Amino acid sequence: MSWLAFALFFWAAAWATNAALANSPWRSTRPVRVIVPLLFGVTLLVLWEGLVRHFQVMPVILPPPSLVWDTLINSTETLWVDFQQTVLKGALTGYLIGTGAAFLTAILIDRSDFLTRGLLPIGNFVAALPIVGIAPILVSWFGFDWQSKAAVVVVMVFFPMLVNTVSGLRQTEPMQRDLMHTYAASYSQSLFKLRLPAAMPFIFNGLKIATTLALIGAIVAEYFGSPTRGMGFRINTGVGSLSIDLVWAEIAVAALAGTLFYGGVAWIERRVTFWHPSHRN
Amino acid sequence: MTAAPATTTPGPFRTAGRALRSTVGGTLPVLVVLAVIVGIWYAAVAPMNIRLALDQAERSGATVVPETPIARQEVSVWRLMAQNPDLVPQSYAQDRPRLPTPGQVAGELWATTGEMALEGRAMSRRSLIFHAWVTLRSTFWGFLLGTTLGIAGAIAIVYSRVVNLSLMPWAIISQTIPIVALAPMIIVLSAQVGIEGRGVPKAIISAYLCYFPVLVGMVKGLRSPGTAQLDLLKTYSASSLQSFWKLRLPSSVPYLFASLKIGIAAALVGTIVGELPTGAIRGLGARILIGDQFGTPLAIWAALFAAAILAGVLVTLLDVAQRATLKRMGMGR
Repeated sequence: MSWLAFALFFWAAAWATNAALANSPWRSTRPVRVIVPLLFGVTLLVLWEGLVRHFQVMPVILPPPSLVWDTLINSTETLWVDFQQTVLKGALTGYLIGTGAAFLTAILIDRSDFLTRGLLPIGNFVAALPIVGIAPILVSWFGFDWQSKAAVVVVMVFFPMLVNTVSGLRQTEPMQRDLMHTYAASYSQSLFKLRLPAAMPFIFNGLKIATTLALIGAIVAEYFGSPTRGMGFRINTGVGSLSIDLVWAEIAVAALAGTLFYGGVAWIERRVTFWHPSHRN
Repeated sequence: MTAAPATTTPGPFRTAGRALRSTVGGTLPVLVVLAVIVGIWYAAVAPMNIRLALDQAERSGATVVPETPIARQEVSVWRLMAQNPDLVPQSYAQDRPRLPTPGQVAGELWATTGEMALEGRAMSRRSLIFHAWVTLRSTFWGFLLGTTLGIAGAIAIVYSRVVNLSLMPWAIISQTIPIVALAPMIIVLSAQVGIEGRGVPKAIISAYLCYFPVLVGMVKGLRSPGTAQLDLLKTYSASSLQSFWKLRLPSSVPYLFASLKIGIAAALVGTIVGELPTGAIRGLGARILIGDQFGTPLAIWAALFAAAILAGVLVTLLDVAQRATLKRMGMGR
């Protein structure tokens, strides 16, 4: 059977199904909201597989998803070692230190109006800069192991988190602050009972942006020197030695890790800010 | 992605000082904080470079207090500075410092930009203007591609329920995937398809980072007209094309500019990320890479600051365009 014909047929069928589902009366139910994007993703994979097989693309150029899956299953040990090195040690440590430090700094500078007005524009500017470029400097300062990767992540996540937390802490309205004042609330009472809860949507926005940056930072830093493990290291050497299927397996793991990391933070956000209009149904 | 800076609502007793504060108070705190940062930077140079400075002094025959480098490894930098006070100034004049002084970075930046431009060698391979231009070109194409995709995607999402349901989740997931992992593959693939050079793959990577803020902003913008406004157009029996051109598109312009500013910064990050791990030889990212390989930290720092200046200029240009456009449209403040 022609792979191309099958792929195109699958595409058409999936699209028709999706169109029918999306215009059906159940369109806002949960199953449909899950099935439609899932089917879309599967379609992309089927198209990829079909096109690669039909045109007999060499696996060293673009391996089909089935081959990537095989590699993924057969080299779980390597992938797990790389995952530990890059995600758990490099990205996660840096993420916790960086966002934690930014959070504490934000609370400290928030006490001074002068500091806030001085740091906020600078923070906004720095958050837009290509900070990844600092990776080679930090690798030369902190050595090749995961500490330098964590340092890159700390620097990358610090400013977006700082800016978001500071903006969040300013979200309360004068009326609400006056109310706390009439209750004779102390600084810490009004911080914990009013301003931090009000800042939570902003804080989580920063935390979510930081998840993506953390993985980017940890992987880029490995291109500038790393021990013989880690996702960035494996991708770099894999491209050189033409083991492209392993590279795609690493990419799949990186994508999954990034999505789960983001999804995890988003899940916590829904638990914490259930009161916010954007989460009410 | 980045939240808009919050507007504080000043209490009635505060409004008096507001006019003054908006002119003087806007820049003064920033300048003070900048000065403090530069001060900390200068102070940090001595402890960062003291070991290098002492090694150098020892080689040139000066007496250094713990005499061998191995003995010095055991001692903290603070004690080294206290024991060799007359050698501390040398940490501020290293050729290959671990941490250069702001003055050294500024000097290197000037030597590779302004000075070369004055000599008429602005487009020489050693000039950062040349490399900034290479990066800018890819950023521009990536920005154009990403913005087009983002706007087209937003229109499709707003007008088609299928696209909304199937595409939106993947757009979000696409941003959680670390693009750097994909970057080498994009370059391998585009080389196989027969695309020469690194311009196209770099533009693709930068478009990948840039399209998302535009998409999200435009979806929000195109949906921003209220029901009353849409109903009014319906009573005029406006076609959906007319309501797009006359209502949805104009009301999305403020959102568009806000996301374009994020998008251009993201596009620049994308280009530099595309240059970093891929062995590029031209562009600011390539300067950082080459500076790392040849052990010339000053070149890295100069390229970093050039990238920062470039980002600042691009965002400022869009900000000016935003103000002018919104003013013309009667939406300016």
